[in-house]
Amino acid sequence: MKSVEYPSRYAVRKRYAQRVAFWLFRFFSLFIAFILFAILGFIIYKGAGVLSWDFLTKAPSDGMTSGGIFPAIVGTLCLMAGSAVVAFPIGIMSGIYMSEFASKGWVVKFIRLMTNNLSGVPSIVFGLFGMALFVKYLNFGDSILAGSLTLGMLSLPLVIRTTEEALKDIPDSMREGSLALGASKLQTIWRVILPMGMPRIITGLILSLGRVSGETAPILFTCAAYFFPQLPTSIFDQCMALPYHLYVLSTSGTDMAAQQPIAYGTALVLIVIILIINLLSGALRRYFENRLK
Amino acid sequence: MKIEVKDIDFYYGSFHALKNISMGIEQNKVVAFIGPSGCGKSTFLRLFNRMNDLIPDTRLTGQILIDGKDVYAPKVEVDVLRKEIGMVFQRPNPFPMSIFENVAYGLRVNGVKDKVFIAQRVEETLRGAALWDEVKDKLKASAYALSGGQQQRLCIARAMAVSPSVLLMDEPASALDPISTAKVEELIRELRKELTIIIVTHNMQQAARVSDKTAFFYMGEMVEYDDTKVIFTHPRKTETQNYITGRFG
Ligand SMILES: Nc1ncnc2c1ncn2[C@@H]1O[C@H](COP(=O)(O)OP(=O)(O)OP(=O)(O)O)[C@@H](O)[C@H]1O
Ligand SMILES: [Mg+2]
Repeated sequence: MKSVEYPSRYAVRKRYAQRVAFWLFRFFSLFIAFILFAILGFIIYKGAGVLSWDFLTKAPSDGMTSGGIFPAIVGTLCLMAGSAVVAFPIGIMSGIYMSEFASKGWVVKFIRLMTNNLSGVPSIVFGLFGMALFVKYLNFGDSILAGSLTLGMLSLPLVIRTTEEALKDIPDSMREGSLALGASKLQTIWRVILPMGMPRIITGLILSLGRVSGETAPILFTCAAYFFPQLPTSIFDQCMALPYHLYVLSTSGTDMAAQQPIAYGTALVLIVIILIINLLSGALRRYFENRLK
Repeated sequence: MKIEVKDIDFYYGSFHALKNISMGIEQNKVVAFIGPSGCGKSTFLRLFNRMNDLIPDTRLTGQILIDGKDVYAPKVEVDVLRKEIGMVFQRPNPFPMSIFENVAYGLRVNGVKDKVFIAQRVEETLRGAALWDEVKDKLKASAYALSGGQQQRLCIARAMAVSPSVLLMDEPASALDPISTAKVEELIRELRKELTIIIVTHNMQQAARVSDKTAFFYMGEMVEYDDTKVIFTHPRKTETQNYITGRFG
């Protein structure tokens, strides 16, 4: 056989192209870090000045030109908890159903289609719908309840999808092993499948909390109070919320010079809360992973 | 007869995977299923504990009787049946729990609560699976910390803990090294004193070593079923002869 004639120095060119590509990919990947640092840096630069113990623990005062943002922090935490109560059980159960019970029939296709469409609905539309259904029709008024229900609906698709995908990835050998011992399907899910899916489910839940904490549109007409310095005492109370407070201060303020720093401070607190949640999610994930080892 | 199979036909969709199979299996015997890949051994094995129920769009005709009772009768409760008919899989599949909890699992899901009894039973079955000495000091450790061979013996212990009367084994040693394989085979010889065992294997020598009877399958049909000695020395059918000699070289 004739031997192949390879172009000269081809190997060198390949290696060169590879190195260039590597750096390009790396550069663009690092871009994401740049964006995050830019935003963080900007917010810290503008907002760190107003941070103080009083800022975190006092209500706004003097027409929101001084004082703190405590009611908004509490309100946002309430809404996160409320939406979790709404979305987590429904979402996790739907996700389990989609992965474990439904066969490939039309029910699953239909639910998946609906889930995907729901996650594409703009959040302001959720707000409108929540107002019509919860605030007006069910007569909950502007309240933490109405806001939580609206935010819960908003985060359902994410919870359903992450649960479903977490469980789908668990090998069938685990299910078969359990069923072969006489366990029922429910026992199999409860004792083997859910614990194995937990690390990823938790991650999805926490992501949804992070998303909820930052949403303004869904609570605009369902819950958020422009100014409500006392703390809410029941789920039928309105409350302040960090993203909405930020919005109010920056758009309909009365004294821009005094309020702008407060707005940046509010943004900083919001971002820090979300960062803390994300760190927490990592820790929880590791905790559940370790339990499986 | 412990197990009687009568005129079984099985379909995946329109694919005819098992064709008109009938056989009888006596109590406390080890029966080996051999045959080329794709001939239907696993499919057949999974009919005994109704594992194929999990696969959509399948169809079965014929009867499987265990202790004279029809496994596929409408009133049969599948989880009760599966407690009676244990299964060990090709790849060790311990649960992500401690060694102890793995063995206790079958008892717990069947309602046993008595802690003392469970602890005794776990020890007993781990001893039975020749694993006790290796794990007795780390029962709380994860099952994933064991070697593949140990994991497979753990799975055997797990299956034995609910005291089944039949044990189905689908190539239980194919993922194991020779030493672990020898241990599993030793175990099978021990276990047959207590129960009836059906084992699928690709390893002729293994079939010859552990089984009393051997069934040879080819393209969904059971070509020959006889005493293991006969199958490996004077098979009646040429297909069996070819398969066995091909493998023995
Ligand atoms: N879930 C399924 N759906 C459709 N066809 C299947 C399914 N499982 C197995 N089959 C087909 O049925 C036939 C028998 O498969 P089976 O797994 O029983 O073979 P086997 O003898 O166990 O082979 P191996 O020795 O490779 O494990 C094969 O042709 C296979 O493609
Ligand atoms: Mg097989």
